Amino acid sequence: MSRVARAHPLWLAYILHRLSGLLLALFLPFHFLVLSLALHNAARLDAFLTLAEIPVIKLSETALVFLLAVHMFGGLRLMALEWLPWSGAQKTWAASAAAGAVFLSFLFLMRAI
Amino acid sequence: MSHRETITVTVQRGSAATGQHMQEFQVPAYESQTVLDVVSWIQQNTDPTLTYRFACRVGMCGSCAMMVNGVPRWTCRTHVKKVLKDQRIDIAPLRNLPVLKDLAVDMDPFFDKWVAAEGRHHPSIGRDAPIPAINPEAAARQVASAGIECINCSICYAACDTVANDPDYLGPAALQRAWTVYNDAKDADRGAILDAVSGKGGCHSCHSMGSCTAYCPNGLDPLSAIAGLKRATTRRFFGGGA
Amino acid sequence: MTPFHLYMAQRLSALVMAPFVLVHLGVMIYAIQGGLTAAEILGRTQGSLFWFLFYGMFVIAVALHAALGLRVILAEWAGLRGGVLNGVSTAIGLGLLGLGAHAVWAVTAGGGA
Ligand code: SF4
Ligand code: SF4
Ligand code: FES
Repeated sequence: MSRVARAHPLWLAYILHRLSGLLLALFLPFHFLVLSLALHNAARLDAFLTLAEIPVIKLSETALVFLLAVHMFGGLRLMALEWLPWSGAQKTWAASAAAGAVFLSFLFLMRAI
Repeated sequence: MSHRETITVTVQRGSAATGQHMQEFQVPAYESQTVLDVVSWIQQNTDPTLTYRFACRVGMCGSCAMMVNGVPRWTCRTHVKKVLKDQRIDIAPLRNLPVLKDLAVDMDPFFDKWVAAEGRHHPSIGRDAPIPAINPEAAARQVASAGIECINCSICYAACDTVANDPDYLGPAALQRAWTVYNDAKDADRGAILDAVSGKGGCHSCHSMGSCTAYCPNGLDPLSAIAGLKRATTRRFFGGGA
Repeated sequence: MTPFHLYMAQRLSALVMAPFVLVHLGVMIYAIQGGLTAAEILGRTQGSLFWFLFYGMFVIAVALHAALGLRVILAEWAGLRGGVLNGVSTAIGLGLLGLGAHAVWAVTAGGGA
C-alpha cells in the first residue's frame, strides 16, 4: 500500500521533538547512575569520565547537547504557539529552534576537543 | 481525438473484510484532466465495479477525497498534471477511516467525533426573538469566520498522525468546528465546548504537527484553531473564565 | 487526573525546566573544556545549597516531564491503554525520581561521607 507523504517542516519539527525527547528519556537513568558513583566511588567516576576522551564518546555527548537544546527550543516554540496570542511564522521558529540547537552543540564540540 | 499517450494508474481495491490489493489500469491522458476524471474513466470504460464517491465535482461537497500518491487530496480539483510522476499515479482510499470498498471509506467515525467535540450551536435566545446583529469586523467573529468554510472532506483527518496513532483523538476538523462555535457571539454554552474538548482524545492530544493545515484544500488552519482551544482551556484553568 | 491535567503538568514542568536546561547547557559548555574530573564536578557542587536546590528541582521536574512524555509515546506507538499505561508511566516517573534524587545527593551532599 502507498506510503504517506508528510515530510513538511512542522511535521519534521514534531518528529524531531518526539525522538529527541525519547532519546533523552532513555539516556537519563544512565546519566543519574554515573553521577551516583560519586557517592562512594569517586575513582570509578573518574575512570568513567576519562572515557569522554574517546572521540566517539565526544561526538555522542555533542549529540546529547543537540538533543537537549533542540527539545528545549522546540518545546518553547510549541508553548508559545499554544499559549501566546500569535500563531504566524511557525516554520521560521521551528527552523530557528533547530539552528539554535546546532549552534550550541557546535559550541560544545569546539570546547570539548 | 487520438490518445497515444496513456498514464498508468494504480488503484487500491477491496476492503479489509475481502482483502486489499493494488490493481493497475491504463488510462488515456488528456490535456486537462482531474484525478476524479481518471477514476471515473476507469469505472466507465474498464471496470464498472470500481467503487468511489463524489457529488459536486467543484470542490464544495467534500465527498471525493482520496489518497493520491500518499497525499490526501480532493480529487475533483486535483489536476493530474500536478501529481503525475513518471506517467504514473497511485490512488488509495482516505487514510484513518475504515474502507467500505475500493476507494469509498466509512465516514461515520469522522462525523461521530464531530458531534462528540460539541461543535454544535447552543442557542442563547428563542426562535421568536429578533435576530441580533453581528459585527463582521469583531475580533472573535473574524476567528470564527476563519473556520467556517470547512467542507467536511476529512482530508485533514486523513493527514493527521495523531488520529492514526490514537483511535480516541477527535481530529482537526471536529476540533476546529468546536473552536468556531466557541467564538460565535450567539453561542450560549462555551463551557460545554471546553469540557467536550478537554476529555479523552480532546485538543490536548494534538501535537501541533500541522499536517491538517498543510493539506486542507480550502486553506483552513485547524492547527491554529486547536491551539486556540488549548489556550482557552488553559485560561479557564487559571481562572480566566470560559 | 484528566487528560487536561496531564497536559498542564507536562507544560508547567517544561516551563519550570527551561531555565534549568539553559544553565545546565551553559555549565556543560563551560566545564567540558580540558575534560571532566570527579574532583572538578564535586568541587563545584558538594556542600552547595544552591546546586542542591537547583538539581533537586530539576530532577523533580524532569522525572515528571519524561514520564508524561513517555506515557504519550507508549500510548501512541506501543498501543498501551488504561491501567497498564498509567501503571507503567507512574513506575517510570518514580524510577527516574529515585535515580535522580540519588544522583543529586551523591554530587551535592555525599562524597567523602
Ligand atoms: S496539528 Fe494536531 S490536528 Fe493537525 S495534524 Fe497535527 S496533531 Fe493532527
Ligand atoms: S478543515 Fe479542511 S481538510 Fe479538514 S475537513 Fe474541513 S475542509 Fe476538509
Ligand atoms: S466532488 Fe464535491 S468536493 Fe470533490
